[in-house]
Amino acid sequence: MNFLQPVGHLSLALLATAGRLTLFAGSAVAHVVRPPYYPRMVLRQMVEIGYYSLPVVGLTAIFAGMVLALQSYTGFARFSAEGAVANVVVLSITRELGPVLAGLMVAGRVGAAMAAEMGTMRVTEQLDALTTLSTNPMKYMVAPRLLAGLTMVPVLVFIADIIGVFGGYLVAVYKLGFNAGNYLQSTYDFLKTEDVVSGLVKAGVFGFIVTLMGCYHGYHSRGGAQGVGAATTNAVVSASILILCFDYILTEMFFAR
Amino acid sequence: MNDAVPKIHMSGVRKAFGSKVVLDGLDLDVGVGESVVVIGGSGTGKSVMLKCILGLLEADAGTIQVDGEDVLGISTGDRERINRKFGMLFQSAALFDSLPVWENVAFGLLAQKRVGRAEAKEIAITKLAQVGLTREVGELFPAELSGGMQKRVALARAIAADPEIIFFDEPTTGLDPIMADVINDLIVKITREVGASALSITHDMASARKIADRIAMLFQGKIIWVGPTREIDQSGNPYVDQFIHGRAEGPIQMAVRA
Repeated sequence: MNFLQPVGHLSLALLATAGRLTLFAGSAVAHVVRPPYYPRMVLRQMVEIGYYSLPVVGLTAIFAGMVLALQSYTGFARFSAEGAVANVVVLSITRELGPVLAGLMVAGRVGAAMAAEMGTMRVTEQLDALTTLSTNPMKYMVAPRLLAGLTMVPVLVFIADIIGVFGGYLVAVYKLGFNAGNYLQSTYDFLKTEDVVSGLVKAGVFGFIVTLMGCYHGYHSRGGAQGVGAATTNAVVSASILILCFDYILTEMFFAR
Repeated sequence: MNDAVPKIHMSGVRKAFGSKVVLDGLDLDVGVGESVVVIGGSGTGKSVMLKCILGLLEADAGTIQVDGEDVLGISTGDRERINRKFGMLFQSAALFDSLPVWENVAFGLLAQKRVGRAEAKEIAITKLAQVGLTREVGELFPAELSGGMQKRVALARAIAADPEIIFFDEPTTGLDPIMADVINDLIVKITREVGASALSITHDMASARKIADRIAMLFQGKIIWVGPTREIDQSGNPYVDQFIHGRAEGPIQMAVRA
């Protein structure tokens, strides 16, 4: 029955990781709400996540909106349902593509950087040095990043929603020959508050996931350059998978009735 | 040793990683204002001992007391209060590379919110002067400094909050002999000025002879010899003799093929 052994090992390792991650997340959240606070660190991370991710998220959003308009037009033209293009674009962007694409982009940009920075601080004893200076690394390093991720990714997604819809509008009006006024009117008619809100809630969850994964893998990295490299990879891969996984769960919660 | 409560008291400290026992019943006291140096080969658990005192690692068994207060298994808040008595010089300096030098030095003061930023900067500059660095160095980033200067900045950071106990983890490793001696002199001068107790670990005998009041030898997780620095050459302990003379032959067998 030797083939059961690796299965058991794998299951135990998976459960242990899930447990460690939950404890880490719990402790990090506790540090977010309990003083002392480090507003300078929070502000710096908010700028890093919110401001410096804007170009990459904006570009992703505008191309997503443009391609969506083009694709749905060629599809719907077969049923003479071209009028649904505005509907498809605005719902897809606000509900799905805005949060998911922004989440994945932030995972690649910010999650990787966090894991690399924290991992390097771990292997060069800088995290230990924090402790000896009466500063809890969970509070000084992890909590500001989680808070910034939780608040700034929704802001990013809100902007991405606007840019994405605008991308769809550009293609629809200037390439596919839609009437600008009609297109905007049908975009506006179809859009409901809960579409945007559900997307922003997703964005908050994704922001939390990305920063949590970056911090967790960086904090627990070991060894030298190789360990930091592995931490960075693990942070991006695990964040991306969890984003898609939670995207389904949240969609189910919001829209399946 | 006087009769007063020692600054640091360790007895029967044990720490194992899995089946590998690193500290196996370690006993050591550091008196008030005393400088104790722990010598021992690489991988004998010197760093683990320091990390156990600092709370970076949790000892499995035994007693560690700071000023007579037990510090094993205390809460995070108590740990932060205890650690305020400590200053630590890391082997790799461990400066925060995202912050300029002066903010590194003043980090502990700023973190405890004892002083404002302007005042913290002034304190940082006086501490930098104490280790022989100028005001201009304070504006640089750690990556722009040489190894010796990084060590000095780390030393300034360790003493910035006027600690009662300073830990030195291999203070001279990776430095040329002259810079090593400069650092040794600074350590002696500064611990005297601050009036702090010091606990150092090293395998550099020149450094140990210079900064120690007492020397202790760690071998296989236990202190096998401890005595005043001047007696180390007449220890009568074959392990100590082999180590201080750096001989390959003797009772200590290096695991070359571990």
